[in-house]
Amino acid sequence: MISNQLCVPTGDGMIEARAVYVIVAREYKKFIREKTRLVSAIARPVLWLFLVGGGMSKLVPAGGGVSYTQFIFPGIIGMTVLFSSIFSSISIIWDKEFGFMKEILVAPVSRFSVVVGKAMSGMLLSTTQAVIILTLYPFIGLELGLLQIAGILLVCAVLSFSIASFGILLASFYDSYESFSVIMNFIVMPMFFLSGAMYPVKLLPTVLRIVAKCNPLTYGIDAPKNIIFPLETGRMGADFPLFVDVAVILVSSVVFVLIAGKTFERKA
Amino acid sequence: MQIIRVENLTRRFGNLLAVDNVSFEVEEGTIFGFLGPNGARKTTTINILCTLLSPTSGNAFIDGHDCNLESSEVRKAIGIVFQDSSLDKDLTARENLLFHAYLYNVARSERKQRVEDALRLVDLSERGDDLVKKFSGGMKRRLEVARGLIHRPKVLFLDEPTLGLDPQSRSNLWEFITALPKEHNVTIFMTTHYMEEAEVCDKIAIIDRGRIITSGTPAELKKLIGGDVIYLKTSDNKKAIQDIKKLLGVEASERDGEIFISALKGEVYIPKIIREIGESVLSVRMQRPTLNDVFLKLTGKEIRAETAAAGDDIKSAVRSYRRRHDRG
Repeated sequence: MISNQLCVPTGDGMIEARAVYVIVAREYKKFIREKTRLVSAIARPVLWLFLVGGGMSKLVPAGGGVSYTQFIFPGIIGMTVLFSSIFSSISIIWDKEFGFMKEILVAPVSRFSVVVGKAMSGMLLSTTQAVIILTLYPFIGLELGLLQIAGILLVCAVLSFSIASFGILLASFYDSYESFSVIMNFIVMPMFFLSGAMYPVKLLPTVLRIVAKCNPLTYGIDAPKNIIFPLETGRMGADFPLFVDVAVILVSSVVFVLIAGKTFERKA
Repeated sequence: MQIIRVENLTRRFGNLLAVDNVSFEVEEGTIFGFLGPNGARKTTTINILCTLLSPTSGNAFIDGHDCNLESSEVRKAIGIVFQDSSLDKDLTARENLLFHAYLYNVARSERKQRVEDALRLVDLSERGDDLVKKFSGGMKRRLEVARGLIHRPKVLFLDEPTLGLDPQSRSNLWEFITALPKEHNVTIFMTTHYMEEAEVCDKIAIIDRGRIITSGTPAELKKLIGGDVIYLKTSDNKKAIQDIKKLLGVEASERDGEIFISALKGEVYIPKIIREIGESVLSVRMQRPTLNDVFLKLTGKEIRAETAAAGDDIKSAVRSYRRRHDRG
């Protein structure tokens, strides 16, 4: 159901803000209502952290006092953010399939507010889950100050906004949930594996390293590495300076939400 | 006042001429019926009026606003009940309505009250906190109509509102819908392919293959086919036909063992017929023309004989067009 003309914001910021608010409120309400979704969303990173991390740390020697389990902790937080943000924006496909999207599309609010609302839903849900995963830090022998925790969560918030916007961009191209597995297998999983989550980017072969450098998730995971292991300069340490990480995720957020906004306006 | 004005509206999907030079007007406060078989492009036309689709050429105005250029104004002025449910089944009825109230910028002080009023209007007050997925088809449809009214639109679009409902829910919904223009000061634009439902409309336009074939009040349209039809069974049809022509001066002919007579006022002719040739008459029945007869006469086919296949053909043509053209 398509219109050529772009729906320009009416200039009444309050109306648009209220629309963003209610879109976020809807997602949040459904999120806390579905306990199984929350449990499984939390279970995946926990399994990876303790089973993969626990097993691999027998194989991978610690570097500079950082064990492998500790090394992947930022990556596991990134994984939590990646999956929950993508799941959240993929809900657009569900909304299209079950008709609810029409209710939103005929309302007197701009398409861009719909995109911002969906991206902010992803941000809220992902950061909530990141908080839960972050509380596991004492169990893997890490010590974090309040400032570090705040910094990590701030990074998670920006990163999730960026990824959720990217997810909306993807969802704009698909009408049915058969496409969901395509997105998971060909976009989300490679994004995860080429993000420095499980192994340092600097150790990757050249081609893969270039791909990893184009992946915003890489910087979203590198930032907490900088924050958690500020003194580690060896292979277990961060790959880029913190300011680069922050700059990239900030810029990617803005770029993705604008592209997603334009695409959604044109397609939806 | 004409609340909806459509002038030479045309929409193409590639080579497919979906809506072909359609023009009509709808008077404020009336029920307007858009009648046609599946695949007649009723929904395509509604989508243009609802600002979801732009026309290839022509204009549509709702409450004086151009549907293509002033979408925001038009959207504020309309409420829509789509053919397929557009409720969030994982939210409660109340939450669905509240969502709508926020989205349409209903003032904070009025939001709760309007939601409660809407629930009461459709008899769902007690089920307000139940998830919509627990609702029956009729309840969902009622909830959608109530939702469409929350922001007090000037025009309410109903796309096949009774599709898939059982007869009782259908008649309940109709009773409710026909009372809306007076009670809520709203104009109803509805589509249907049920002839008998269109009879409650103040005005009807019959659409087939994207073109309006005819329009008028239900009574006007019925007149088109020349009044009532009287069917007679007699002991000697041939002689009876001769007698009817000679004594009453009306045309009569035989089909399937029955004599049928077209007459503007059938009820006046029956006593005359009985008086003249009463002793040979075995049975008499009279049929009032239905809109189905109108449709049959104008298009040469039964409105309901059209299968879903026709609609599916168009849907798939439109879908593949969009795939190719970036959904222009």
